[in-house]
Amino acid sequence: MDVAIVALPLLGALIAGLGNRRLGDRGANWITSGLMLVSFVLSWIVFLRYDGNPRVTELFTWFESGTFEASWAVRVDQLSAVMLVVVTTVSSMVHVYSIGYMGHDESKPRFMAYLSLFTFCMLMLVTADNFMQMFFGWEGVGLCSYLLIGFWFHRPSANAAAIKAFIVNRVGDFGFALGIMGVFLLFGTVGFDAVFAATPEKVGQTFHFLSWDVDILTTLCILLFIGAMGKSAQLLLHTWLPDAMEGPTPVSALIHAATMVTAGVFMVCRLSPMFEYAPDAKMIVTIVGAATAFFAATVGLVQNDIKRVIAYSTCSQLGYMFFAAGVGAYGAAMFHLFTHAFFKALLFLCAGSVIHAMSDEQDMRKMGGIWKLIPWTYGLMWIGSLALAGIPFFAGYYSKDIILESAFAAHTGAGTFAFWLGVSAAMMTAFYSWRLILMTFHGETRADHETYHHVHESPWVMLAPLIVLAIGAVFAGFVYYDKFVGETMEAFWGASILFAEGNEVTHHAHDVPTWVKLSPLVVGIAGIALAYLFYMFRTDLPARLAGTFGGLYRFLLNKWYFDELYEAIFVEPAKRLGFGLWKGGDGAIIDRLGPDGIANVSQDVARQATRLQSGYVYHYAFAMLIGVVILVTWYLFGSGW
Amino acid sequence: MTNIPHLLTILTFLPLVGAIFIAGIRGEDEHVARNARWVALWTSGAVFLLSLLLWFGFDRSNPGFQFEERAEWIPALNITYRMGVDGISMPFVLLCTLLTPICVLASWEAIETRVKEYMIAFLVLETFMVGTFCALDFVAFYVFFEGVLIPMFIIIGVWGGPRRVYSAFKFFLFTLLGSVLMLVAILTMYDQAGTTDIPTLMTTKFDPQLQIWLWLAFFASFAVKVPMWPVHTWLPDAHVEAPTAGSVILAGVLLKMGGYGFLRFSIPMLPDASTTLAPLVFGLSIVAVIYTSLVALAQTDMKKLIAYSSVAHMGFVTAGTFALNRQGVEGAMIQMLSHGIVSGALFLCVGVVYDRLHSREIARYGGLVNNMPRYAFAFMIFTMASVGLPGTSGFIGEFLVMVGVFKASTWVAFFITTGIILGAAYMLWLYRRVIFGKLEKDDVKAMLDLSPREVTIFVPLILIVLWMGIYPSSFTAITGPTIDQLISNYEVAVGPTQPGSLIAPAEAAPAEPTTTEPATPGPAPAAPAEGQQ
Repeated sequence: MDVAIVALPLLGALIAGLGNRRLGDRGANWITSGLMLVSFVLSWIVFLRYDGNPRVTELFTWFESGTFEASWAVRVDQLSAVMLVVVTTVSSMVHVYSIGYMGHDESKPRFMAYLSLFTFCMLMLVTADNFMQMFFGWEGVGLCSYLLIGFWFHRPSANAAAIKAFIVNRVGDFGFALGIMGVFLLFGTVGFDAVFAATPEKVGQTFHFLSWDVDILTTLCILLFIGAMGKSAQLLLHTWLPDAMEGPTPVSALIHAATMVTAGVFMVCRLSPMFEYAPDAKMIVTIVGAATAFFAATVGLVQNDIKRVIAYSTCSQLGYMFFAAGVGAYGAAMFHLFTHAFFKALLFLCAGSVIHAMSDEQDMRKMGGIWKLIPWTYGLMWIGSLALAGIPFFAGYYSKDIILESAFAAHTGAGTFAFWLGVSAAMMTAFYSWRLILMTFHGETRADHETYHHVHESPWVMLAPLIVLAIGAVFAGFVYYDKFVGETMEAFWGASILFAEGNEVTHHAHDVPTWVKLSPLVVGIAGIALAYLFYMFRTDLPARLAGTFGGLYRFLLNKWYFDELYEAIFVEPAKRLGFGLWKGGDGAIIDRLGPDGIANVSQDVARQATRLQSGYVYHYAFAMLIGVVILVTWYLFGSGW
Repeated sequence: MTNIPHLLTILTFLPLVGAIFIAGIRGEDEHVARNARWVALWTSGAVFLLSLLLWFGFDRSNPGFQFEERAEWIPALNITYRMGVDGISMPFVLLCTLLTPICVLASWEAIETRVKEYMIAFLVLETFMVGTFCALDFVAFYVFFEGVLIPMFIIIGVWGGPRRVYSAFKFFLFTLLGSVLMLVAILTMYDQAGTTDIPTLMTTKFDPQLQIWLWLAFFASFAVKVPMWPVHTWLPDAHVEAPTAGSVILAGVLLKMGGYGFLRFSIPMLPDASTTLAPLVFGLSIVAVIYTSLVALAQTDMKKLIAYSSVAHMGFVTAGTFALNRQGVEGAMIQMLSHGIVSGALFLCVGVVYDRLHSREIARYGGLVNNMPRYAFAFMIFTMASVGLPGTSGFIGEFLVMVGVFKASTWVAFFITTGIILGAAYMLWLYRRVIFGKLEKDDVKAMLDLSPREVTIFVPLILIVLWMGIYPSSFTAITGPTIDQLISNYEVAVGPTQPGSLIAPAEAAPAEPTTTEPATPGPAPAAPAEGQQ
């Protein structure tokens, strides 16, 4: 059954992808979605009936080179079981939704094949039993993300975004790959169990990395975390995620909100037995996570593209998950991953529904006043936003609170830093969520007449998946709180997550002062209130604020100028350097001094030599005469006179 | 085991028989051309099928030479005709025999003039290539190794593009210059050891001082072949001017002769010099990977871009080879095989559009996915293999190399690994400009998708790329034992090394060698625990 969960999406992808035209749109839809739904049901069965004993189904050896070997395997433990449920639930809902959303598209089978292929890679990632298979899934989802972002390949912007996503992820994978090499060097194996079992013995060892002697576990964890930063769009490597919104909206929901981008969080949790012994690496994770949570929220405040707002929100929420893991509250990180998958996929698909209704308009400045026309979408958007803002009894409330409480309870510098940034980000989260709702649905419409006239509610094939996700967004937190982060969480997670001795963060989190517990809620409500003030009652305020703080506004609007910075220090120089090396290095130096140079010299010599042969008899006679003179002279001198 | 006697000799010279047969064809031009094509296809196909006997009959537990043949050649000088393959050379033989029929097929319509001579050149080329990898005597090896240049020179010089003569000469002179030095080295070795028998020379110990000179002489030849920076500039020119099939053989097989030379001669025969000069190779490999990747980014010609990417990928090979451990060398082997298939396939991909539009200019294309979806699919697979995506052959080779190099030097690994970023950049950039985007130009719109003949060419290559990526064990089972032997012989020859000296125990006490963690298997139990106290 474990294998079937992973294999069915691949089967669907192959059939829909290779059968392409013969199958027709309908066939591709039915087969991929059908197989995905089967996989979804099986995953829930596996999750609910999981008995606490990890099991590994080894398929066959992937490669072996001396002691460096890895197998294709399907590992199911509590951590992968949770991920199985998250991935297959969101994926199957997105499959079904896409039937409606992509209804008018020309190459639907290709789209469905990519979605299924993505799901397969993601499942390979979460069920990996060794670093290498994880890396396979890791890069595989990267490929699918590339293909899906660039799905509308006739758009130059989509192509650029796709390449950007792939390459920025490759930068992360650069770290990941070095990390794996280091793991193999240190442990002599890349199997999870063997590595984790040996980790405690390696504490405090140093190794000579590049030119420095560094603590080996810390270094490895940081290198691996760089991979996570790339995939999960953390600060410095985040620039690809907003651009990735060029892809069709179901893709954004599945890949760039619920599953792929959370792979980094999953990785840190999966490697908790290593991170627990590398406190410095954990500190870095915390700081990067908290900084991202804050940074992305600030940018989200001023964006006008409906999908980009949600994209920055995703980036920010991923930051929460990371700093939770960084302070040692892996359960809380996974809990937020779990709930976030539901409500963020819901928000994206709702946004898709809005875009669908608005004839593919994404700019919120051209929306407004449509809530009565699309009541279902509107209501579901509310549910998603309530969950995101952490309003009580919705899913996000439980998971976000436990994260902030854990950060506070860590009582470390980094933890406190994360707490305060997290709280301020929570306020901004609430603000931009309601800014989005108010700008999109309320007020006088700013859409043109034609578009407004065509606004219509989405068909049931799109609404039904939304409702399923909404159920998750409402109940996932409440139902699973105790299991994921409650008193019994160690029993729940079992061996899949290691809480080192003395790591009681999650337990302490339940006993933090009341003001800590209340603060996320208070700032959340304040954020919502502020949004109402700005976009409902005093609609002149935003423009005036933007005018007063013009510099800050542009700074945020331009996403802290990261893209411009990278363009200036990496992309342009690389291009120029490449051109320079080609013309200057290969052309002007190597070839000119090498082959061409030698050729020229020999040609010159030859030319000089030809000039001697002038064809005039007296020239030759003169030369002969000189020769005779020299010979005679030499002979006379040589014979000693 | 179906044992045909003299199998290697048959594999080597059967193409030559085919070539002679073609030479005898007379009649009208068209008639001759058609017959020449079919004879070439049948001959190379038969050679390929026969070479499968090597694959199936190969004893995977035997690290030594198999299918050996020996005959007296010049007894007075102690020179014999000796053939044999081991785990390192056997896969290359198969690579040659696989690529040749594919090249014949790829030239089916592209070559219209002097078809007869073209096919003869290709079959002669196959003889020399197979011979190079089978020969176990230096004289025979040198003849084959140099012989390859002649048909290749002709192929580029006659059927090439506008600057074909310049390129052909550049190619010829570059490689010949290196080879002359190798000849000197071979003669010196003969002078010292009194034999040109390769297996004997592999166990002969040369004076370390002499080794350096011999090594450098070999290096001159192999570095040009690989090609390593800075003697790589012949490659882009040769590729650009060569006809498609010529590029395929050039990238697929000829470059591998350099890598093969390092594994066959430099390391086993000159182990001390290999250790001493490994940093030189590392340095040049790093430059090759980064420099040529950046240059590839700036290219506007498809073939040139892929040619530069070849230099970068071969940089991985040389770095892995001189990491001198199992993963590094095995990675280099797999990378060479993979690159043989993948870069060959990429040149075929360029050939497909070149046949239709007669332009290699990247900017001439765009939006091909619209009218050539099958082509786009094949191109995507090979692009991903070139980028080193896990699940394709490119990944296994690259990653093994990086793991091996990491053991040898983290700095080298660090720089080499940047290749995975740059590689993704130039390949995806190429793919985007050729395949994606709007279909706007009229002549590009008129291009047809892959013909059945072209599909026949690509399908086996795709399957091999995936096979090597998903189950490379069938290849490492062949290369593994030989490489293990190579490494252990090397280690015996240079004396004990200190593997894993990168890692220091906790609270490092440098004077305490017992706690040094060996980088070899398993969770070594006792040592680190001691370190913690």
